[in-house]
Amino acid sequence: MKKYNVVTTISYPTKGAMGKTGNWRVFKPVLDKNKCVKCLRCWVYCPEATIIRNKDDSVDIDYEYCKGCGICADVCKVGAIVMEREGKRE
Amino acid sequence: MSSVMIDTGNYIAAKAAVMARPDVVAAYPITPQTTLVEGIANYRDTGEFKGEYICVESEHSAMSACIGASAAGVRTFTGTSSHGLLLMHEMLHWAALARLPIVMCNINRVVGPGWNIWADENDSVSQRDTGWIQFYCSSNQEIFDTVIQAFKLAEHEKISLPVMISYNAFILSHTSMPVYIPEQEEVDDFIPKRKPLWKLDVDNPITFGNIILPHEYEKVRRDMQNAQEYAKKLIVEINRDWERRFGRYHGDLLDLYKCDDAEYILVAMGAIGSESKVTVDNMRKEGYKIGLARLRVFRPFPGEEIVKLGDKADLIVIDRNVSIGLGGAVFNEVKASLYGKSDAKVYGYIAGLGGKDVTYGDIEKMCKKVVDGKAKHMEWYGFEKGGV
Repeated sequence: MKKYNVVTTISYPTKGAMGKTGNWRVFKPVLDKNKCVKCLRCWVYCPEATIIRNKDDSVDIDYEYCKGCGICADVCKVGAIVMEREGKRE
Repeated sequence: MSSVMIDTGNYIAAKAAVMARPDVVAAYPITPQTTLVEGIANYRDTGEFKGEYICVESEHSAMSACIGASAAGVRTFTGTSSHGLLLMHEMLHWAALARLPIVMCNINRVVGPGWNIWADENDSVSQRDTGWIQFYCSSNQEIFDTVIQAFKLAEHEKISLPVMISYNAFILSHTSMPVYIPEQEEVDDFIPKRKPLWKLDVDNPITFGNIILPHEYEKVRRDMQNAQEYAKKLIVEINRDWERRFGRYHGDLLDLYKCDDAEYILVAMGAIGSESKVTVDNMRKEGYKIGLARLRVFRPFPGEEIVKLGDKADLIVIDRNVSIGLGGAVFNEVKASLYGKSDAKVYGYIAGLGGKDVTYGDIEKMCKKVVDGKAKHMEWYGFEKGGV
C-alpha cells in the first residue's frame, strides 16, 4: 500500500476489509438448486458480490460475507431463493 | 516580462485562474461573484481557457463537481459568494477532509435576511472550521498573486488542503486597478501541472471517503491541523519565492506596516486592512506611534506573529464580522493567541457590517478613542449616541 505525506480517507479494496459481514445477517437466503433456472439475476443484483457464479452458470451463496439484504430473493423470478430467519430450527 | 492589465477584482481573479491552467472549473453565478465566472466562461469561448467548464444548478453541485474532478487528479477552481458559500457548507467539509486541493475565490458579501449584496466577512468567517486555508486580499494585484500562489500551497504534498481566497464585495470585486500580469511560461514554471497524491482510476481502483473507525478518523482531523500548522511556514516560503521571481510582496501571514516603533497596532483584514494604511499615515503625521498588521491569512491563524506584536504594543482589532453571542472573530482569536504570553491590551471594534462604509476617518476615530482611554473593551462603531 502506498504511503503519503498526509493522512487520507482513501482505502484499497480487499476482501472483507470490514471483517466477516455475514454475521450482520438476520435473514438468510436459502437457494433451492432444483428450482434455479440459471438466469443469473441474483448474481447481477447482489450489491455485495456474494453470489458466486459457477462455470455452468449455477450459483452458490457466500455466507461469510452475505449481509442478508434479501435482494436476491426479491429478484428471483422462479422463487428459488427464500429468506429464512437465522438460527431457525431445522 | 510582464504586462499591465487594468480591470476589476473579479476579472483579475478570472485571469489568474485561467493562467493557473485548471482542468476543471465548476461554478454557479451569484452577485457579486458573477463577473468572475463570466470572465472564465469568456476565456473558454476565446480558447484561452482549455479546461472543462461545468455548468451546474447550484453551489452545492459546483463544489461537488470540483470534489469529483479533484479526486480524479486534476487542477480545479471555482468561485462563489455569501449564500452560495453557505450552500456549499457540507461540501466544504468534504473537500477538506478528503484532502482535495481545490482553489476557490469567495467574494465577501452580507448574509441575508435582510437582502443585501454589499461587503461583509461573515460568510467566509462562518466557514472557518471547515479545514480550508483562508486568505483575505486587499488589492487586485494581491488577488492575482494569491490565486496563483494558492495552487502551489494547496497542491503541496504536505498540505493537500483546499484554499479559499476572499475579497470584499464591490470594493475590490467591481473596482478596476492596474495589475501586473506575468508571462504564461513564468506561471507554468511556478505551478507546473498538478501531481496528485492519489486519484480515482479505473485501472487502479481505490475507495474514496469510505467508512472509517473512530481512531482512524481522529488521525484524519489531527493531520489536517498539522498540515495547517505547516502551511504557516510554507506560505512564507512561497511568498519569498514569488518575491524573488516577480518582485512583489504583500506580507507573510501578516502584512506589517510601520509596526517597528508602534505603541498601538491596528489589526484588520480585507478592505478595512488596506484603508487602515491611510489612517496610519495620517496619524503618524500627527505624531501618534501607530502601525498596522493586516491579516492576510485567517486560517491558519497567525497566533505566534500576533504574540510578537503584543510584546511591544497594544492592539486595536476591527472586525467586519461578528460571532453572535461572543463578538468579533478576529478580536477573540487575537486574545486567545495572547493568553498567558503577553500583557498587551486588546480593544475590539465591530464595524462595516452590511457593507456600511468604513473610511480612514472612521478608523482614526476608533484609534483616537483607544489612545484617549475612552474605548471600552469591545464596542460597535457608530452606535455611540444610543445606537441608530
